[in-house]
This record gives sequence, C-alpha cells and structure tokens, in this order.
Amino acid sequence: MDTKNYQVGDNFDEMFTEEGKCRAHYSEFLKHLKKTSPKKISHLQHAANKNQVAMGMTFNVYHDNQGIEKILHLDIVPRIIANQEWKHLEAGLKQRIYALNLFIHDIYNDQKALKDKIVPEDLVLGSKDYLKPCIGLNPPKGIWCHITGTDLVRNKDGNYYILEDNLRCPSGVSYMLESREIIKRAYPDLFNQLGVMPVSDYPVKLLKMLQFISNKEKPVVGVLTPGIYNSAYFEHSYLALQMGVELVSGVDLITKGKKVYMQTTKGLEQIDVLYRRIDDTFLDPLTFNPHSLLGVPGIFEAYKAGNIALANAPGTGVADDKAVYAYVPKLIKYYLGEEPILHNVPTYLCREEKDRQYVLDHIEELVVKETNAAGGYGMLIGPKATKSEHTKFRELIKGNPTNYIAQPTLSLSTVPTWTEDGLQGRHVDLRPYILYGEEIEVIPGALTRVALKKGSLVVNSSQGGGSKDTWVLYN
Amino acid sequence: MLSRVADSIYWLGRYLERAENYARFIDVNYNLMLDLPPDLKAQWEPLVYATGDQELYLQKHQAFDRRDVVHFLAFDTENPNSIVSSINFARENARVIRENLTKETWEKLNGLYHFVQKSADKKEWTKEDPRAFFDGVKNQILLLYGLADSTVARTEGWYFRQLGLFLERADKTSRIVDVKYHILLPSPNWVGTPLDFLHWTALLKSVTAFNTYRRLYGNIEPSKVVEFLLLNKYFPRSVFYCLREAENCLHKISGNADTGYRNTAEKAIGELRSNLEFTDVSEIIDTGLHEYIDVLQLKINQVSNKIHSNFFQIKDNFSQQNSMQE
Repeated sequence: MDTKNYQVGDNFDEMFTEEGKCRAHYSEFLKHLKKTSPKKISHLQHAANKNQVAMGMTFNVYHDNQGIEKILHLDIVPRIIANQEWKHLEAGLKQRIYALNLFIHDIYNDQKALKDKIVPEDLVLGSKDYLKPCIGLNPPKGIWCHITGTDLVRNKDGNYYILEDNLRCPSGVSYMLESREIIKRAYPDLFNQLGVMPVSDYPVKLLKMLQFISNKEKPVVGVLTPGIYNSAYFEHSYLALQMGVELVSGVDLITKGKKVYMQTTKGLEQIDVLYRRIDDTFLDPLTFNPHSLLGVPGIFEAYKAGNIALANAPGTGVADDKAVYAYVPKLIKYYLGEEPILHNVPTYLCREEKDRQYVLDHIEELVVKETNAAGGYGMLIGPKATKSEHTKFRELIKGNPTNYIAQPTLSLSTVPTWTEDGLQGRHVDLRPYILYGEEIEVIPGALTRVALKKGSLVVNSSQGGGSKDTWVLYN
Repeated sequence: MLSRVADSIYWLGRYLERAENYARFIDVNYNLMLDLPPDLKAQWEPLVYATGDQELYLQKHQAFDRRDVVHFLAFDTENPNSIVSSINFARENARVIRENLTKETWEKLNGLYHFVQKSADKKEWTKEDPRAFFDGVKNQILLLYGLADSTVARTEGWYFRQLGLFLERADKTSRIVDVKYHILLPSPNWVGTPLDFLHWTALLKSVTAFNTYRRLYGNIEPSKVVEFLLLNKYFPRSVFYCLREAENCLHKISGNADTGYRNTAEKAIGELRSNLEFTDVSEIIDTGLHEYIDVLQLKINQVSNKIHSNFFQIKDNFSQQNSMQE
C-alpha cells in the first residue's frame, strides 16, 4: 500500500521525517509495506487478534468481583529502533539503574545522600514507600532492583526522556515476548532481512539472574503471584512456564524456623528464591499490612535471615516516587561522578514554594501527577483538561502539596498504526526491561505502548492503550 | 508437586470427564427416542434422577420436559454439574495451573470453553436435535485426552489427572447403569420385551460399548449388561476397570510398587476394587441394582475425600478456608 497520505503531526514520528521522508532504519519495512495491499494488512491484523484470543493472552478487568478477560490490542506495524540509538539508550539505562540501586542501598543503610543534602531527608524518610523494616538490610549481592521496566518517551526535539523508573514489579514483559511470536508470523521474511535482535531468551536470563542471587548452588526458584484475579496473572503463569519453575501463591507457602517452604503432595519443600509479583506491603502481614491475605506470614523474617532471596527487594518503591524522580540526575552525579546520559523530564515539586506557585500559575500547560500513583490515574493533562478540572487540581495541590509534582507536557512521538481509516500516526511510549544480576543487562526489545485513540497521550492498557512489537536492529 | 497444583490437576481431570459423560447421558435418551414405538413417549425424568440433582431440578421446574432437562443438564450455570459448569470449572482449574499445561492443551481447552459458551448463547437446547453439540463436546474432550496421551510426561501430574478422570468415570458409568432403574416400563409384564432390550441397548451405545458387548456376550441380557458395565476387567469404561486404573495411579504417586497400601486413599480404593473384583453379578442383582450402585457411589466419594486429605489439604496461613471442590 502507499503511504502518501500519511500525516506527520506536530511531533516526532518514528518512521517519517517532518518532510515526509522515510527514516533509514524503516526503509526496508516501507518497501515491504508498499508490496502489501491494505486488504492483506487488514487480514494480518485480524489474524493477530485471533491469535491472542486463542493463546489466552489476556489481562483481567475488574467487574462485579469476577475478572473479565480482555486482550491488549496488538498493532501490526512494528516500532523499529536503529542500533546506534539503542546503544545510547542501553548505556543510559545501565547508568541510571546502577545509580538508583546505590541510592536505595544508601538510604536504608548509611544515608550519605541525605546527610550530604543531595535529596531532602524528609522527602525520602517521609515517603510512604520508605519501608522502615528494611533499614539496615543488605540483600544478596547488594542488588535491590533486579527487574526494572523503565518508561521513556521521545519528545518533539527527538530526544528520549525518562518518564518513570518502575522499580517495583513492572509488568508487560510477557506481551513483549508473545507479541514477537505473533508478529513474526505476519512478516516471516522481514526478520531475517532486517536483522532484528531476538528477545526470546528473556526467561532464560531471568532464571539465571534469580539463581544468581541465591547462595545455594541449585536453588529452588518460584514466581509468587497474588492469584488468578490479578490483572497480570497471565504474565505470572507465563513466566513460570517459560522458566520451568513453580508458580506459587501465598497459600502454598509456609514459614518455619525462618525458612520458607512450599506445601507439596510429598510434604514441605524449601524454596530459596522468589520472583514476587506482590506489592511490598502485601508481602508479609506480620511486618507490613496486617490485612493482607495474599502474602506469607513470616517471610520477611526469613528474608532478613538470608534464607530466601526476593526479587525485587522490598523497599525499592521509594526510589520510584515521582518526587524522588526529580533528583535522579543529581544522584547519578553524586554516586558515579558522571553526567546523566538520558534526560529527565523537568519536574516541579509542589512541596517547594517557588515551584508550587509556578504550577498554580501555569497549570493549563502542565501535566500534574500524584507522587505515588500509577497506571495513569490521579493525573491531570493540563492542555487537554477543562477549566473546572484545572480549578479542582489547584485546590488539591494547595490542600496537599507534597502529594503532587508537575511536568511540562511532552509531545509523545508517533508511529504509523493500523486503524479503521488506514495507517495513521498514534502516540507511543517505550518500556525496555533491564535485569540486574551478575551484570546489568538491557533486553534488546521493549513493550511499546500505543494510545489507540486519535490524539490521545494515555497509553495505559487500563485506559484504551494497545501495544506494538519493538524491533531493535543489529545494525 | 504443589498440593494446590495437584488439587487443580485432579479436578481438571474430573470435570472434563464429567462433561464428557453428561454428553453421553443425554445421548442415551436421544438413542432411545429414535427407536421407541409411536405410542410411547421418551422419559426425561430418569436422566435427572441418575445424576442425583433432582432436588435442584424440582426447585426450578415442575415437569420433566425435554428442553428443560437438556437445558438443566447441559447449559444451566446454576447446576454445578451441568456441562457448561463443568467446562467452566475445568478451565478455571487449568488457568490456575496453566504453567503446568502444554500450550496446545491450554489452547484446545480454551477453544472448548468458547464453543460451549457460544452454543449457550445460541440456545442450543431449544433445537429439535441438539446432538451435534453433544458430539462436539465429546470429540473435543477426546482430542484433549489424545493430546495429553501423546505429550504429557508420565510424572506426578499425569497420574493426578488420570486419577481424577478414572474416579469420575467410575462414578458416571455407575450412574448410566442406574438410568435403567429409573426408566419405567409401562408395566412389569414388559420385562424382557423388545422395549426392555431397547433400553439396555441405549445404555450400551451411550458408552460406546454396544459392539464390544456383542462380541463378548452375544445376546442382550440385563444381568450380562450389568456385569459388563460394572465388573468387566478389560472394558475401559467399566467401573472395575476405572477403579483399578485409579488405584494404579495412587500407587505411582506414592511410589508403592507392591500390593497393599501406603496411605488411607490407597487403602480405601484397594478395598473397593477388591470388593468388585470378587463380586458376582448375581450378588448385585440380589442386593438390588440401584441399592448396590448407591453404596458404590458413596464409597467412590469416600475415596475422593481420602485423596483430598492425603495430598491436597494444606495448612492455611490465615484461617480455615480450605475449600473443597465437588
């Protein structure tokens, strides 16, 4: 089909330049596209949807206590990233994760960054994600954030900006893996021609990392899930299946003498490493939220005693706080003595009087976010909001300034996306996955989330977002 | 293997087999209907009685109308044993232990689920002859069995699934035989008439046993049919055969290479199996077929309870919320 009518908007487009010229790393794909009829593309898109249902690649939406299974729409047009650009991202992400890990370790131990006033002490210690039970902890091999799924976007200026660090239990990696399998069927020849780096060994790398953080030679590894009603249950079972380890839930585990055991048909069997997909505070009702029915009573004591390794370590959430985010560039300089490779989005902290006044005066230009909310909730997109919403958020900020930050509105880049009206630009973000084991490794691929509604900037799956396969090229 | 996973695999086996047998149940009647003399109507009441869910049925319906019965046994989500409920439960169990299933198994089971849901939406029970639906259910379940047979490793999980399958099948075959007790002949004078034989033939056909029976026993004789379906040592749907297979599964699970027993589940099933092994069909007839089958079903339930307490029951960290499936 022909792409003459494709409109590049007032933003960076991943495939076409402002003048409508195809970017070099997309040229092979464009050739292929030109040989393919719109009917065929439509057919490929339909086949991809059907594959997803057949594979049960679903996430749950809550309704009347019964999970309804939905698929995350997978667009047939890939997002392609040139190798050189990827190398830059890779270096930047490694640097950032390394620094953030040092920061987390520091604030639960010596608190040097606080004493040296790099980050305001009350901002860290007062955060609800700063977990006092973790003070003095030294997790195996000194690693806290084993699995990270950093969110980035590309602004009009062509630069990538870090949006969120997602150091808790980032989800979506199963979509990266399964989407690739589906998209491969749509373009069997292109993969070879283009040289797309594989992502399929992620489960092997994940397992190796999980084994690495145990002191045992042959540790028993498991994935800890909140259960079937969790929206990411598909991913939990998928990862357990791919790694060939047990998928356990709280009821399967029991602690005795500061060790954690699985209840099996042959009695109790000790488990050494858990990739836990349960939030920190639900992990252990004895240490954290006493009302949690998902976790394992006593597991935190076992963790402290070094009898079980947890990935990610409890307590990492504090470095994910949207206010702490503003200080990450300073932290990189402080711990590593290096300039940050990747940009932070300029951030106004409403807790600071000067920043707050600026936010109140310019709210219609800014994106306002709650410091510890996720999933696109509790957020105001100034330019798209109504006057009364502006007023509402002004009041909210004045009432609880520490709870809010604001950032200039970034214009997310677009990628051609298959819609009812043919190929159209839709806004995307980028979530690469980083594993921290023996070394830090950035998986050459990502989850590209796409806002399917025309003009929309909200890419979250819970709010009408879809996904794209992300191809990182060898050359 | 995790107790919870074993529990789900066991019930996955049971629910699939249950759905398959319900499809067979209903087939008994359709088989009969086609051959009945013009002045006799098909009886749908016996099917409901044989499943043991008559109380629930009577709360919802006053008469045993064909459509109501077919709906109740196949599509009623309020009937926990209906085909649609069994497939839902089977899929829920599979979803919980998806990491233990092959991709193909999951995809086929998922397909079966969507097939049943769609048929329910189409109100399949209102059709004059919905047998294509029941064939569909049977065939897809047999496909799943074939898939498992040629792809699943013979480790603990396999034996838990087979254990569930064979215990369920033992129970359901006994219920199919029991249907005959509930089907009324117009009067006792009809015993031994062609109509009586028609009934027995329909039973045999519903478990795909008619030709095998013919070859082994020749003429249709009630006591021989009972012997064949309850006590035969070689037919894979006879109660005895199923119990012996289930017992083997338990031995594989515990690693018991000898005779005798290593746990209370093995003891219970061993006793039951040997009881059938050394029973003569005339003794069953003397006890009363229906009465004998009643006790048999009770004992199969006891075996299942023992399996639960031996392998699945886990210490709950929070409260006594150990739920048991049925």
